[in-house]
Amino acid sequence: MHLPTLIFFTLAAFLIISSLLVVFLPNVVHSALALVTALLIISIFFVVLQAPMVGVLQVLVYAGAIMVLFLFVIMFLNLTATEPRRRAWLSFAGLSALLLGGVLSAMLTQSEPAADPVAATELFGSPEMLARSLFNDFVLPFEIASVLLLVAIVGAVVLAKRRS
Amino acid sequence: MIVDFAIIAAKAFIVLFMVLNLAGILGWIERKGSALIQDRIGANRASIFGFAGLGLVNTLIADPLKFLTKEDFIPPAGDKFLHTLAPCMALFPALVIFAVIPFGDVLQIGDRVINLQVANLNVGILYVFAMASLGVYGVVIGAWASNNKFSLLGGVRGSAQMISYEVAMGLSVIGILMVYGTLDLQEIARGQGTLIRDLLPQGLAFLGALVGWLPAWGVFLQPLAFLLFFTAAVAETKRIPFDLPEGESELVAGYHVEYSGGKFLMFFAAEFAEIVTAAALVTTLFFGGWQVPYLMRDGFYFPWGGQWLLPHLTVVGLQVGAFTLKVLFFCWLQILLRWSVPRFRYDQVMRLGWKMLLPLALVNVLITGIIIVAAQ
Repeated sequence: MHLPTLIFFTLAAFLIISSLLVVFLPNVVHSALALVTALLIISIFFVVLQAPMVGVLQVLVYAGAIMVLFLFVIMFLNLTATEPRRRAWLSFAGLSALLLGGVLSAMLTQSEPAADPVAATELFGSPEMLARSLFNDFVLPFEIASVLLLVAIVGAVVLAKRRS
Repeated sequence: MIVDFAIIAAKAFIVLFMVLNLAGILGWIERKGSALIQDRIGANRASIFGFAGLGLVNTLIADPLKFLTKEDFIPPAGDKFLHTLAPCMALFPALVIFAVIPFGDVLQIGDRVINLQVANLNVGILYVFAMASLGVYGVVIGAWASNNKFSLLGGVRGSAQMISYEVAMGLSVIGILMVYGTLDLQEIARGQGTLIRDLLPQGLAFLGALVGWLPAWGVFLQPLAFLLFFTAAVAETKRIPFDLPEGESELVAGYHVEYSGGKFLMFFAAEFAEIVTAAALVTTLFFGGWQVPYLMRDGFYFPWGGQWLLPHLTVVGLQVGAFTLKVLFFCWLQILLRWSVPRFRYDQVMRLGWKMLLPLALVNVLITGIIIVAAQ
């Protein structure tokens, strides 16, 4: 087995373990930290797949900002009591996991593997390429998304003001 | 293959060695410097076998020994695993950021060209911000795992403060990216090697006589961005005037109140490593990095005519020396700040971050954009 494959499967094993820990750990803070670990491993996958920009943004946005806010809220509301385990949810979760696994494996066996996945050029996934496609080909969706975010921020401020 | 690997390992070792030792020396400089500012004598009690003459060396040995031989106390009601993990989380980001900071141009030995930077990433600045954003976890997790009300308050303050100033810090660098047109820190450092004279558009050529002789350093092209970035960087190191997460007078020691011994030493080292990192970033982005004014790859070329050719190794030595001196200057400036200014109230910290630094950074981006478009 050559090195990239070995690295992939090692990381994938850690990713699955940390994702399972997110669900099964009784303490909310521990779950949040397991989720941070999972996000960091996913960002390593992006770097290995020649997309360092996406990998770094993954760390910056999800691990560095959103998860910190999660922890902030957990601590602010003092949600440190352990969550009781809910048996009824487990069967639903298992069922949907099985369904998802079935769909994914069906799709993966149907699709043909790319001719040469490593043949990605130096530029693929670089900031230049990302910026070019964002600001030339997809400029309208990009701007609509930014307006949507602005509306969400204004909405959050309005809601927070009303309560006080 | 093996030589390449050895070169990378050597560069990583040199950088980590320098940063950690500089962090240790800064601990001594801070104590001596504060004594100088407050008209005291400062740390002079560390004597080895009755010999106290070498103040620096003695303190450098005595300080860590003192910490390492103290009891390592874990609060019984706290989270033992996370309490131990948190100091590592605090130290890790400050050290790995150095992977993308260039400390020299290229070193040529035979026909092998060594880039004096541990890892050359085309997303360099984003990597810096990504790693810096992970620095919050050491504070938050350390605070939570201690199970102490003062700690928790410090942790909540720290997470809010660090996230707020990350926004301002990120936006203040956009101007630099627009001017030099790259995210790669080595390319940004190279871009600062030209003179302002060469960048002036036709209409402004008359300014050439006035400022044309200046090197095109970030601080001359983006002065507002420099002030914003430096302020935000000091806020990220959580030192006075932004030491609210620690808040000695109201929170005892904030997020690390329950830490002692070696783990406290790690938080301590993380703080000083963050000072070095902030200084290196300010140097690279705004003060030319390893650039010596008018020094090209083969010697000095002065704008008033005349040149002074130098051998390659001398040039590389000058560059690395210039980088080190600049970093030392900004470390000293941060220590001077910490002992010269009073601290903010928490609402003032938040107001400064969101209502002053953030809008000013946006204005800076706008003005830079207008100038760049007008100059084309």
